[in-house]
Amino acid sequence: MSHKTTKKVKNIAVHCLLAVLAFIWVFPILWVVLTSFRAEKGSYVSTFLPQSYTFDNYIKLFTDTSLLNFPQMFMNTLIIAIFSCILSAFYVLSASYCLSRLKFKLRKPYMNMAMILGLFPSFMSMIAVYFILKAVGLTEGSLIRVALILCYSGGAALGFQISKGFFDTIPKEIDEAALIDGCTRWRIFTRITIPLSKPIIIYTILTSFMGPWLDFIFAKVICRANADQYTVAIGLWKMLEKEYIDGWYTSFAAGAVLISIPIAILFLCLQRFYVDGLSGAVKG
Amino acid sequence: MFGRKRKASEFDTPYTCTAAITKGAPETKLSMLVMGLGSFVHGQRIKGLLYLAAEAAYIVFMIMTGLHCLYMLGSLGTVEQQEYWDEAQQVYLYTQGDQSITILLYGVATVFLTLLMVYIWRGSLKSAYKAECLAKQGKHLNTFMEDLKSLLDENLQKLLMTPPLFFIFALTVLPLAFMICMAFTNYSLIDNHLVLFDWVGLDNFKTLFDSSSVLGSTFWSVLIWTIVWAFFATFSNYICGMILSLIINRKETKAKGFWRFCFVLSCAVPMFVSLLIMRTMLQPEGAVNVLLRNIGLIAPDASLPFFTDPTWARVTVIVINIWVGVPYTLLQLTGVLQNIPAELYEAAKVDGANAFQTFFKITLPYMLYVTTPYLISTFTGNVNNFNVIYLLSGGDPVTNLSSTAGSTDLLVTWLYKLTVDKQYYNVGAVIGILTFVILAIGALFTYRNSKSYKEEGGF
Repeated sequence: MSHKTTKKVKNIAVHCLLAVLAFIWVFPILWVVLTSFRAEKGSYVSTFLPQSYTFDNYIKLFTDTSLLNFPQMFMNTLIIAIFSCILSAFYVLSASYCLSRLKFKLRKPYMNMAMILGLFPSFMSMIAVYFILKAVGLTEGSLIRVALILCYSGGAALGFQISKGFFDTIPKEIDEAALIDGCTRWRIFTRITIPLSKPIIIYTILTSFMGPWLDFIFAKVICRANADQYTVAIGLWKMLEKEYIDGWYTSFAAGAVLISIPIAILFLCLQRFYVDGLSGAVKG
Repeated sequence: MFGRKRKASEFDTPYTCTAAITKGAPETKLSMLVMGLGSFVHGQRIKGLLYLAAEAAYIVFMIMTGLHCLYMLGSLGTVEQQEYWDEAQQVYLYTQGDQSITILLYGVATVFLTLLMVYIWRGSLKSAYKAECLAKQGKHLNTFMEDLKSLLDENLQKLLMTPPLFFIFALTVLPLAFMICMAFTNYSLIDNHLVLFDWVGLDNFKTLFDSSSVLGSTFWSVLIWTIVWAFFATFSNYICGMILSLIINRKETKAKGFWRFCFVLSCAVPMFVSLLIMRTMLQPEGAVNVLLRNIGLIAPDASLPFFTDPTWARVTVIVINIWVGVPYTLLQLTGVLQNIPAELYEAAKVDGANAFQTFFKITLPYMLYVTTPYLISTFTGNVNNFNVIYLLSGGDPVTNLSSTAGSTDLLVTWLYKLTVDKQYYNVGAVIGILTFVILAIGALFTYRNSKSYKEEGGF
């Protein structure tokens, strides 16, 4: 065989391999989308692909609120997500600006503390958090939302690494010039650094906005039996429990698709940050 | 070492606490008792009053509840809840007994408050001494308004860091301290110590290390599986992600963007959704078994024991973890791979190296060198990988009915089961601490030696 044909064969083999792998990766997602339109009732059926298609699963999700109130869960999560992303963005930006630009005695200890705290299993203290919130009186009724907002945003400032990396790339000369011109550091932060860091602000806001949609451990422990405060993640989890799975399985698929669409769009917009985050610096 | 010394001198001021106590004027020394006195005498009236107010508030708090809380911390409460007959209302009523958990929580919170107070106290001494020294030298003393303004300028970090730090301490550090305390008590459903419990010292650690007890033998088997899991989960993802990334980034591969999109799509779906989907697909009656039956690979009534056989379950979670994790690895490694100097590959080509040799001699060593911190954090993440195990297998199958953990339980999922389901809070806390110790020993050494940490040191 000539050199050229070997290369061609190899090339085709590689593309076939890629196609198979891509199929494996895309296939479960495709299957869920199909299942969400499945007309046959019940959880497990004897055919792999649906026999007939319908929109009822989506309609049921938003109209059948007697057992699992999906619209309310959606609103709960939305409210929690909006408030916690504002708070987290504020914490993360101020902490990472300080760590990147200001020199102070607690700078290094703070960074070491963040690393050490990161090594504890994140929900080891979950029960303790619950007791603390209970002592403050935040575990009853609609105050649970406040409790969840505090939970999701509270530790945000420990995840400063990516935005600190971004601030590190903004030339320090800009700050120094502004200082000589008599600018206070607050004005530098609000008028120079913040406007220069739009990408990282968007990144911070969106990642913390996604948090409440994805977490269900904290939400489950703090909500306990208060079904009217459930978030979407607990709701979807509930749909797969023994007593609901038969009636709700296809609606679970529908809910999963609905939640995935916005998250997927956000994620695809944000993926370059994941790439750059590793190398420690984000190029705006 | 050298760096540490130089840094210490960077923040040196003559206005330290010790200097205030040894060299300060009478009013500065008196500030030890009456906080803010020094500042007040030297004209910083509002500042002095604020310090005094903080002291007064602390003393009032301590007298009202704080001292009692600290005192109760020693015994954690002894009064049991009692039932008595109320003649007037003709019903049984209960006397308020001691709740050890509340006592412990308030006790720990009081200790935190006291530490905060010590910090403020030191601040007041320093500020008094500084005011005294500046007044002696005839220099300008900041008024209260100027102090407030400095918060926006040279002391900006105080303004910006206080709110995040407050919440970190209230919702991360305090709960952790509280939880660590629990590890030294008998707060557990065993022997019914859920209301009243006592300090038991290191007993829980002893039970867990004692491999003849049920908890002890479970601990060792879970620990070994956790490490095996973390190792395989980390490196299988790393190697597979790297190979995939190399294949996609080959010069000859067509439609690179399309392939990348296919893989990234699966990590755009929220992880808990895709894991729950995987779980339902792999059930005995789930989609995968149905597909295999329809194709005819297995008998019509048979099903592969994905989550019912211990070995199958362990392999399944690792394989599914590859499905979940490879897209992330792909995203993160692509950039690093493109940074490998092209000359290395050209030199290898000239020397006649084949694809395998190039991979093992150039790509892998270079990647390992650059991505060590990433590997460590992935390893740590996998030891603590609650989601994949809990949502996929839930720790099942349980082979030994007397133990509290299943075959695929990691330390973290076992911790969750012990605290949330079984209410063995003390054992759960001990496991949390041990997980931390294992991770800390590994991570601290490697982090400190890694390139990125050292570079950060040279701020």
